[in-house]
Amino acid sequence: MSSNEHLSKKLGELKSLAEREKLDISEDISRLEAKLKSGKTAPSSAWRRVELARHPSRPGTLDYIERIFDDFVELHGDRCFGDDPAIVGGIAMFGTQPVTVFGHQKGRNMKENMRRNYGLALPEGYRKALRLAKQAEKFGRPIVSFVDTQGAFPGIASEERGISEAIARNLKEFSTLRVPIICFILGEGGSGGALGIAVGDEVYMLENAWYSVITPEGCASILFRDASKAKQAAEVLKMTAPDLLGYDIVDGIIYEPIGGAHTDPDFTASKIKLQIADTLSRLMLKAPQQLVRDRSMRLQKIGVFAEARERRQSFLRRLFGV
Amino acid sequence: MIRLGLRRFLNRVKPRETWDEAKIAGRDERIFVENKKSCPACHKGLDAAELEQTLYVCPFCNHHFRITPWERIRFTVDGGVFQEIAGKVESSNPLAFPDYESKVAEAREKSGMSEAVVTGRCKIENRDVIMAVMAFTFMGGSMGSVVGEKITRAMLEGARQELPVIIYTCSGGARMQEGIFSLMQMAKTSNAAALLEEKGVPLFIVITDPTYGGTTASFTMLGDVILAEPDALIGFAGPRVIEGTIKQKLPEGFQRSEFLLQKGFVDMVVERKDLRRTLAFLIDTHSPNAKGAR
Repeated sequence: MSSNEHLSKKLGELKSLAEREKLDISEDISRLEAKLKSGKTAPSSAWRRVELARHPSRPGTLDYIERIFDDFVELHGDRCFGDDPAIVGGIAMFGTQPVTVFGHQKGRNMKENMRRNYGLALPEGYRKALRLAKQAEKFGRPIVSFVDTQGAFPGIASEERGISEAIARNLKEFSTLRVPIICFILGEGGSGGALGIAVGDEVYMLENAWYSVITPEGCASILFRDASKAKQAAEVLKMTAPDLLGYDIVDGIIYEPIGGAHTDPDFTASKIKLQIADTLSRLMLKAPQQLVRDRSMRLQKIGVFAEARERRQSFLRRLFGV
Repeated sequence: MIRLGLRRFLNRVKPRETWDEAKIAGRDERIFVENKKSCPACHKGLDAAELEQTLYVCPFCNHHFRITPWERIRFTVDGGVFQEIAGKVESSNPLAFPDYESKVAEAREKSGMSEAVVTGRCKIENRDVIMAVMAFTFMGGSMGSVVGEKITRAMLEGARQELPVIIYTCSGGARMQEGIFSLMQMAKTSNAAALLEEKGVPLFIVITDPTYGGTTASFTMLGDVILAEPDALIGFAGPRVIEGTIKQKLPEGFQRSEFLLQKGFVDMVVERKDLRRTLAFLIDTHSPNAKGAR
């Protein structure tokens, strides 16, 4: 899709939204129309998205929780070591449906960032998420997970308390949890630190989020031996929402207002809310066994390699009988 | 006298440091032995030809050399007989990542292996098992789609045939060139471990030097019993990344097997010569589908 087509599509969406929600965004709309007419639009590069994903005022987990759910009670602690402020979680009401919700939380200013460690979680953060997930399973609550981290915290404390074990356990347990799990990659989806709370039945990505095995800087310093070549790395890693949708890794893209999610958090939140409602209406109908089976199938299918296609399918058939 | 002592001291310490760097870069330690006729860890005289008899362990300082999967299979498995599973799964280039194909081709040539793991069925002291052995010489043992798929198939084959699964880990982490696909192998292999558990089939992990990143933070930490070879480096983030983040030197012995043992993340540290016996004991004491299993 050319950028102009894309822009016209967005404009249409925006207009219909304005009508539906009775929003006064005529100013934005006229600005967009002017932009479209002038033809001065360029396709969004991967690096542009990375910058938006890291924008200091980009809404985070708590901003969305506030806008999407009616009530939210935050719960703390992993019952083993402590409470990690880099992952927040608790119980919320989605309309009349109680849900468990958790996600990475960066700070909105320097002081809060020190406390929340820039959203780089420690083992106790992942263990807290697992504890809340198990609680949700016990009481039949669906789970909504928000991902926004560059990765798990690379430090001595992390290793001492078993960050690898904490992430591994989450991956295993989340993959067989008997309640629906829906994940949103809000901003940054960095490596195992993101995946540690991103195994679910359906995964959605915000338009300007990135999600990959390593940060662009990390990739650049390993591959080009130069962290400043991060822009280049961001391109080759294929880490944007459209890329991952194309690979069937995510199920859909949550579109953001032009200029990024921070320009209108309410708009983005409303889009996420619609998606949660839609997904839950489908997932809540599934029996727990079916849910777990489908989730396993989803994970087992991921991977691109060379082997006679027939053989691979017969392997999956043997496994799942499909 | 003092000068001589000092020089000797420096000689002892300095090569160890440079050696560690070389090790992280993944260079073969045996070249060191061949060239210097001494152990890279303790610097006592060693003959490369005799190392085979000690299973590539230094008789003086117990330094465990890195060995290839086929050597490991020869040392561990009855008669070295190994019936390969999923040997024909080969990597492609899902992201069209620059130079990836040529790197894989180079790794194939260098390591003599088709990918960074071999999987198959074999016997250990006459007990049938499914085994997977990772190879550091193939692109740092990194986990991409193929490694994830082969490890997964090994575990699911174990579940199907109700045979214990043993995985020897050795990996720098996820394979960057496969981006999101390599990240997802963590979830895929962890899910396979869950499916294995459902069947009540045991998973035994033997961590060898080095095991990092996505490999540690997935199936490696999900073993029913986790063994580690002495002095192996095991972690999530690499030492250089951690030093860069916290801006301080890491303590001696950090991320070594003994450190993880002390912190409670591996069950035991086992010397190479004792691995066969230990695994046989574990297989006998973890019969699949025993009473009480789900």
